[in-house]
Amino acid sequence: MSETVTSTQVHGGGATADQIVSVDSATNQHIQVRINRGEAGEIEGRWEEFTVPLAKGMVVLDTVLWVQAHQANDLAARWNCKAAKCGSCSAEINGKPRLMCKTRVEDFNLAEPILIQPLQTFKRIKDLVTDVSWNYRINATIKPFTPRQDREWKWFQHDADRAQEMRKCIECFLCQDVCHVLRYQTEEKPQFAGPRYFVRTAGLDFHPMDGAERLEQLADEHGLGLCNITYCCSEVCPEHIAITHNAIIPEKERVVDEFHDPVKKFIRKIQKKK
Amino acid sequence: MTTTTTSQIHEADVLIIGAGGAGLRAAIEAAAQGARVAVICKSLLGKAHTIVAEGGIAAAVGSVDPRDNWKVHFHDTMQGGKFVNNWRMAQLHAQESPEEIRNLELWGALFDRTEKGGVMQRLFGGHTYKRLVHVGDRTGLELIRTLQDKAVAERIQVFMETTITKLLKHDGKICGAAGYVRETGRFIVFKAPAVVIAAGGSGRIYSVTSNSWEGTADGQALAFRAGAELMDMEFIQFHPTGMVWPHSVRGILVTESVRGEGGHLTNSLGERFMERYDKERMELSTRDVVARAIYTEVKEGRGSPHGGAYLSIAHLPADFVKRKLPSMHEQFLAFAKVDITKEPMEVYPTTHYHMGGIRVDGDSTATNVPGLFAAGESAAGLHGANRLGGNSLSDLLVFGARAGRYAAQYALGAEHITPSAEEIALAEHEAQAPFEATGENPFALQEEMQNMMMSEVGVYRVEEKLKNALNQIRDLQERAANVRATGSVMYNPVWHTALDVKNMALIAETIAQSAHLRTESRGAHSRVDFPNYDANLQKGNMVARYDGQNVTVAFVEQPPMPQELHDLTYNKPEVAAAA
Ligand code: SF4
Ligand code: SF4
Ligand code: FES
Repeated sequence: MSETVTSTQVHGGGATADQIVSVDSATNQHIQVRINRGEAGEIEGRWEEFTVPLAKGMVVLDTVLWVQAHQANDLAARWNCKAAKCGSCSAEINGKPRLMCKTRVEDFNLAEPILIQPLQTFKRIKDLVTDVSWNYRINATIKPFTPRQDREWKWFQHDADRAQEMRKCIECFLCQDVCHVLRYQTEEKPQFAGPRYFVRTAGLDFHPMDGAERLEQLADEHGLGLCNITYCCSEVCPEHIAITHNAIIPEKERVVDEFHDPVKKFIRKIQKKK
Repeated sequence: MTTTTTSQIHEADVLIIGAGGAGLRAAIEAAAQGARVAVICKSLLGKAHTIVAEGGIAAAVGSVDPRDNWKVHFHDTMQGGKFVNNWRMAQLHAQESPEEIRNLELWGALFDRTEKGGVMQRLFGGHTYKRLVHVGDRTGLELIRTLQDKAVAERIQVFMETTITKLLKHDGKICGAAGYVRETGRFIVFKAPAVVIAAGGSGRIYSVTSNSWEGTADGQALAFRAGAELMDMEFIQFHPTGMVWPHSVRGILVTESVRGEGGHLTNSLGERFMERYDKERMELSTRDVVARAIYTEVKEGRGSPHGGAYLSIAHLPADFVKRKLPSMHEQFLAFAKVDITKEPMEVYPTTHYHMGGIRVDGDSTATNVPGLFAAGESAAGLHGANRLGGNSLSDLLVFGARAGRYAAQYALGAEHITPSAEEIALAEHEAQAPFEATGENPFALQEEMQNMMMSEVGVYRVEEKLKNALNQIRDLQERAANVRATGSVMYNPVWHTALDVKNMALIAETIAQSAHLRTESRGAHSRVDFPNYDANLQKGNMVARYDGQNVTVAFVEQPPMPQELHDLTYNKPEVAAAA
């Protein structure tokens, strides 16, 4: 094993990573991006067009950051990981809710400008940044994980699979953005928690060691019944969580089977009294 | 145009700066001690850089290999850190990390399972046994979500999208902190006798990095400006496998799990070149060795088309790859149009982790400034000269918890002093300065600094380049003092970057100075002009101090290790009876 520097050939003047990684990605082409900008609360906003140098493999977030560094220094946008893992950079690109860092520029017709606008379901804070704090408030209402006391602390992979799918969520809120029920409800009077929170609830309910009961909350406070199974949320999920099929439908079935079942309703009542 | 509204003062016993793994773990523990806690989160909650950690949490729970125990973990950590670790931290970390796994499970974490129904563990470079508890390759996300949910359930107060720009002191002790709220630009002041810095690392000082935009060394800089010492700043981990292609995703992490699960590294000649660098451990050698190996292969002309090495897992069944490495599979398909179940990846070292940071007491995480604590990547000591994969997630749990506990205990017995109006006004004035300044665009300056640091203080270092770097850093510092912001105070990235570059330029100096003084090669610090170990430099660490004007770095010896730990460090502990 080499404890010393093994590079007899690497001299003080060694090339930098920049020189080594051959930068053959630059092209002479330019593309147009149109970014919808605006101040707090503005709905329509204004479209500003920018010309951005094209590099191979570039993603939409690169164009936004390039504009920010070179042309509009105060352009507001959220991002963190630039690796499709944090869910911060959600926006609507040519009208579709997507992660800016996971959307390749080359996948579009580059003769046309690429349109980038904020998520439309949430109020604008500035430019591409929206106020998603409502989601965090809904999240806080969900009954937390409650370990069961009645069984051994032991479970198997197949017990965990279902819940693990739900726990892949990166909280990008793209599903919340696309869901028509949420789009038309007011934050002041929420009746519907939205697909993200059905995923979260399902993740807890499917946990092999969880003992809490969330059906009443799902059915009443979180309005699960308002979902009419359009699958739009599943289609936009960058983590490919089968939201409708694996979270919403099984929970709806449980609500029908257990929550609305008259015998079980009765038993619940008695248990509550105890 | 730019005046903020009058600042409010929020009160807490313990103020935690940072909401990644260490910050959230500290918050939960401090709250459990009965302290009123406020957490500052630079982004939205749950977006911290911790989520990018893929491979696992190193903890000797012995679920997969019952021979494992804290002594072996301690030994591996000291060996990996090339003996300059804070040995007390290495001991506590190895002893307490299994308990932290248990805590996470009690709070709802769902780790992958073994066939016997225990937690699954995988092998990583430098670990003797299969030790990393994980969930596929998204362990960091699981950790953050679990802590986030627990913090929410405990009703801990979180200030999202808020940045602290200054720690406030009274009579030499911490009394609070000040900063701004991103959305409104409003100035915000906290009154708290104890502050925990858990604000992550400094990777953004370099051009090729796996770090998110937040890794701008703020935590280190806040503490340094408040009089805390920094340590081991020369030790920066270049993760051997970052993506190289396409250019726009250069630096994004390719998890070590690819190698842990059996991936091979080859060069353009098809050779498994690790044979030449570490015949015994091959791809699972420590990160410093693998990073230098890839660097050297490329430098000597045996690189892949985009200037990296090939990393392939395609010889394993596609189902296995998709189950064990789902995010990697997705990441390469989405960004590089490469199907890793069929084709090799191209990889090259990327700036990943700062072993150095705020100097703390191993037991309490206290700094030399009364009331100031630090944990996670912001702090130094546990990892020494080179961090083993998986040891950062266990680090932030063990020392996050300790920071929360000791900060709460300190705060509950401390006097709460309101920061003076003058101090607050000064902090606000400093934060506002970029709007009055007439200098250059901070984005351009940041890029210049990143390129310079990558080339002059990168994987390999040498006297003349380090001297050149120090000259350039001083010039950058002067220019950074005058960078300008335009526009309003509301959600304005140019303003934030203007403040960030000042921190980065200050911390860059501590890195270059420490690297200059450590005239040897050890762990992640490789000096071309000093290729060997220097036994004297093994006795201690580089400690940086700041008087508000000048940065000075001095070598400080560590207290000698107790005999038991000394033996464990240098001799492999005997295989423990499986029971
Ligand atoms: S399936 Fe239900 S939750 Fe999903 S978008 Fe449609 S209505 Fe909304
Ligand atoms: S469920 Fe999918 S679309 Fe919805 S927030 Fe989570 S990751 Fe995003
Ligand atoms: S920046 Fe993290 S998902 Fe896009």
